[in-house]
Amino acid sequence: MVSGAPASARSRARTVVAQVVDPEMPMLTLDDLGVVRGVEVDDHGGVTVTITPTYSGCPAIEVMRDDLRATLGEAGYDRVEVRTVLSPPWSTDWISDDGRRKLAEAGVAPPGRVGPRPTGPIPLTLTPPSAAVRCPRCGSPATEEVSRFGPTACTALRRCPSCREPFEHMKEI
Amino acid sequence: MSGHHTDVEEHDATNAYQSLSQTTAVDDPRWAFGTGVEDVQAEITSPVPDGVDPADLAAYCLMLGDDALICSHRISEWVSNAPELEEEVALANTALDLLGQARVLLARAGHVEGLGSTAGSAGSAGRGRDEDALAYLRTESQFRNVALAELGDELDFARAIARLLIFSTWRLALLHRLLGSRDPVIAAVAGKGVKELTYHRDYAARWTLRLGDGTDESHRRMQAALDAIWPYVEELFRTSDEERRLVEAGVAVDPAQTRAEVDAVLDEVLAKATLTRPQRPAIGTIGGRGGRQGLHTEQLGHVLAEMQSLARQHPGATW
Repeated sequence: MVSGAPASARSRARTVVAQVVDPEMPMLTLDDLGVVRGVEVDDHGGVTVTITPTYSGCPAIEVMRDDLRATLGEAGYDRVEVRTVLSPPWSTDWISDDGRRKLAEAGVAPPGRVGPRPTGPIPLTLTPPSAAVRCPRCGSPATEEVSRFGPTACTALRRCPSCREPFEHMKEI
Repeated sequence: MSGHHTDVEEHDATNAYQSLSQTTAVDDPRWAFGTGVEDVQAEITSPVPDGVDPADLAAYCLMLGDDALICSHRISEWVSNAPELEEEVALANTALDLLGQARVLLARAGHVEGLGSTAGSAGSAGRGRDEDALAYLRTESQFRNVALAELGDELDFARAIARLLIFSTWRLALLHRLLGSRDPVIAAVAGKGVKELTYHRDYAARWTLRLGDGTDESHRRMQAALDAIWPYVEELFRTSDEERRLVEAGVAVDPAQTRAEVDAVLDEVLAKATLTRPQRPAIGTIGGRGGRQGLHTEQLGHVLAEMQSLARQHPGATW
């Protein structure tokens, strides 16, 4: 846009950025996860990548920054700035269809659709939502939530009574 | 060495640790505390909205940030102490969300205080303290959190749940109203925080039900926990002078206006949990001062002693 760099330079940098994987869910690229907000290349080959955190305290953001700098550095970009923005807040709705397929293949149930934020006070949810989360191993729709909070900020723990396997579910946010 | 592996095509997507080793070429020294990185957070440096006193805005960001920071620290004390691994993970995740909210708010407070009272004058930006200095190098009376955030749980899980229920219900009501704040950083933190706090509140509410409507012993302890912290609830709805001015400017929300919503949620949960709303007198202010004015219970000193000791003994330490 304001950048004087040719579109091809931007698209090459964009391609490099697209290869960087999420440090906690390495089956997904940052692109699949939907956290890359922009890639700009200036006249002198400096790259600015803008990313957004999944959760406010997501510790992976600093690893993402290092990985982006390292990967772009290996591709010949010496001046890399990684900026973070909070708004608009990330939503699991931004995970690509490809990313959802990769999650399921890796045994992580992909999130359901959240949709736009409802207006008015946010209702309490005193029982686990009944929305079916399919077991990523056997496909059974009747699975149970064990804990809303899993090994990473973005996953919940569930189990499948059919195949008796525990699995992670990327929870909707 | 694989640590300097350069071919991106060969990246092993199943090896979560490979990317860690690959970053060694541009690695920063690891700080022994705090973040140690100059976070390029695009929104932090947004201009102060027109008609807003930077000192008020900095104080308000500290209030919202300190609530999250201190409560996060108290919740994190459950790591290695929770009754079950799942609860430990849940509480650690909750603490992490609050810490993330605190970091942005403290960074904003530091940026805005650096602008001083002469906002707009050239060269005045950037003199404020960074988030680490604000977290680790302030003294008790410089913290602006409410007392509820600093109370110790004394390893009583019911206390942890009671505090989290009240704190998250109140903070969710605040942040929900701050989505439209004229300060873009506060609005952005609210945008993320609302989603996170919805999970925190549901978690605490479900445990309140389970304990309150559980065995005689769990009911007794859940009720005792609510009774113990109830005197600190009133403070949540007291409006400070800074808040009053910032409400006028469209930046802050008047906490008194969240009371009806918070009461309704708590009444619903307590009724379903067969618990009784405590009737206990509120802890008052001293000379009109409370947590928002830097007057704290002795418990904050315990939090700071642990949280700040490393940073104070080894300033700037790295490893």
